[in-house]
Amino acid sequence: MSISELEFQAAAVEGAPEQAVEGRSQWQLTWRRLRSDKVAVTAMITIVVMVGLAIAAPAIAALVHHPPNIAYPNTGENAVGNPVGPFTNGFWLGTDDTGRDLMVRIFYGARISLFVGLVTTAVATVAGVAVGLIAGYFGGIVDAVLARFTDAVLAFPYVVLALALAVVLGPSLAVIIGVITFFSWAGISRIVRGQTLSLKEKEYIEAARSLGAGPFRIMFIDILPNLLAPVLVLATLYIPAAVVFEATLSYLGLGIQPPTASWGNILAAAQNFYQVAWWYTVFPALALLITTLAFNLLGDGIRDAMDPTTERLLAARRGRKARARSRKNAAGPDQAPADTAGSASA
Amino acid sequence: MSMFRFLIRRILTGIVVLWLVASAAFLLFFARPTATVARQLAGREATPAVIAQVTKTLGLNDPIAVQYWHFIDNLLHGNLGYSYFTQESVNTMIKQDLPPTVSVVVGGVILWLVVGLGIGILSATRARSFFDRFSAVAVLIGLSLPTFVIGEFLLLVVFVPLNQHGFHWIQDQYSGPSQGIWTWIGHMILPWITLAAVQAAVYTRLMRGQLLSTLGEDYIRTARAKGLSERRVVFKHGVRSALTPVVSQLGVDVGQLLGGVIVVEQVFGLGGLGQVSVQAIDTDNLPVIIGFVIVAAAFVVVANIVVDLAYALLDPRVRIS
Repeated sequence: MSISELEFQAAAVEGAPEQAVEGRSQWQLTWRRLRSDKVAVTAMITIVVMVGLAIAAPAIAALVHHPPNIAYPNTGENAVGNPVGPFTNGFWLGTDDTGRDLMVRIFYGARISLFVGLVTTAVATVAGVAVGLIAGYFGGIVDAVLARFTDAVLAFPYVVLALALAVVLGPSLAVIIGVITFFSWAGISRIVRGQTLSLKEKEYIEAARSLGAGPFRIMFIDILPNLLAPVLVLATLYIPAAVVFEATLSYLGLGIQPPTASWGNILAAAQNFYQVAWWYTVFPALALLITTLAFNLLGDGIRDAMDPTTERLLAARRGRKARARSRKNAAGPDQAPADTAGSASA
Repeated sequence: MSMFRFLIRRILTGIVVLWLVASAAFLLFFARPTATVARQLAGREATPAVIAQVTKTLGLNDPIAVQYWHFIDNLLHGNLGYSYFTQESVNTMIKQDLPPTVSVVVGGVILWLVVGLGIGILSATRARSFFDRFSAVAVLIGLSLPTFVIGEFLLLVVFVPLNQHGFHWIQDQYSGPSQGIWTWIGHMILPWITLAAVQAAVYTRLMRGQLLSTLGEDYIRTARAKGLSERRVVFKHGVRSALTPVVSQLGVDVGQLLGGVIVVEQVFGLGGLGQVSVQAIDTDNLPVIIGFVIVAAAFVVVANIVVDLAYALLDPRVRIS
């Protein structure tokens, strides 16, 4: 590059309008893309509402004057002792088989289900990232041992072992969280290990090493930030999986024990009543479906926002329209380049 | 020759894995206070003397090392032990309860692969069509629901109304193929659909993604340019190479499948290994649980060897090593 060319470029930069170039980090770009994705935004709002309802469960119980574990044999059950339907005797979503308010129990169940989903995913993500980083970075015997162990956990019939563990340790919230976490970190660890294997060969890692950076600095300061994108996507998809896992354990009688409500044990109790009380099965199942679906859609949305090359099926159409608009605008004479950049990220 | 050596090595690793699983199961269950087990067996009203007697008969007082040795010795002789309660041999119990489980697994896996891969292929070849969008929604719902909810939903909207209206072909409970193939299918169809629905979702997604990217490759364009029929291009050139990641996913999912089987057996009251082991868990019947864990682990190990072989057959570039 000659001097005159540099001078020319410098002049061009000086002459450009101030707002034309605005540096955006990867995360800002992702957030912009995510915000323009209607499906992902709807999913986010749904999750926030569900979390809000879970937090507000005691307030809702106070509002309808039905504490979660109090049975109402007179108003909550019909003449033959079966649950009453929605909007009967002040029970908005009906009652369960002992005459308790189903709606209040569903919101209390949301507390357990969401708590389990979030806590297990957080712990499993931290553990999976640590194991994957260490295995991938150190390689050799460390990798051989850790990777084989990871594969073993992945391949094992986890429901069987989870059941066994829950029995031996006795069902409790802590045991459920421990068991689900134990079977969740391996998937994250495998992805992180693979990424670390390829990242550690990059020149910037070599540069860091030649500057005297130690292995832990390289792993956690230089490699980890570049892994966060796939890990975040995976973590978002693990939350609904954990919610489903908890429900399954509770269904088999090894999860959260009654009278504490969880979606799993409400559904488990409902199975003997599906012929007389459809609402008893349908409403908790719906709550579960809405929540897991929202997390799955959000996970897909985040993945697409981070990697715009993937093709979306359920994406909102706005991106395409915006692109068409900007093409039309770009045909105009005084179009600033900033606008094209903005809409490409939309 | 390399194939033979590969098999030998895989079988040896498989045996090591089985030993690890068996030991883990042993530790899990035996390295804990034995009093509870003996007390349960002896009944609520038992005197301490009776409890001591039961503990002694079961060998629960021996040092752990001795118990472990007996356990491994029995295993090597193919003896999984005896039920604490009925004194029935666990081998016999497993043999008895195997048919419903095998029925669920075989039919479920066939349906799952046919539906999952079929919809995946159709979606990829008709990308962005209405069918593609519809199947994407169905897949998401399948991924978001627990197996037992899908099973109960089928009971609620298929089984109950049909039987109320005098249409009795579709049933719950188990009925073997010896009762007539048609009856067997009627009993098994809902369990199969339930098992397939959850698993198929993952495979539809995987197959669609893989096939879409494969169909974008240059060699596919070459195949089309040669004038091959579209069907030949998709199946002979596209699907075959798109199948490799699907097959490797299969190895991971075999373990999950067993979890699904337990739930399906429970929902439809099929009996079978899963339901029996859940009952055994309820009653603390350790030999039965350990037997089931070992059989399940053996199944996973064998299935993974088969998957690896299939992988090598599908993709000649994969060296068996």
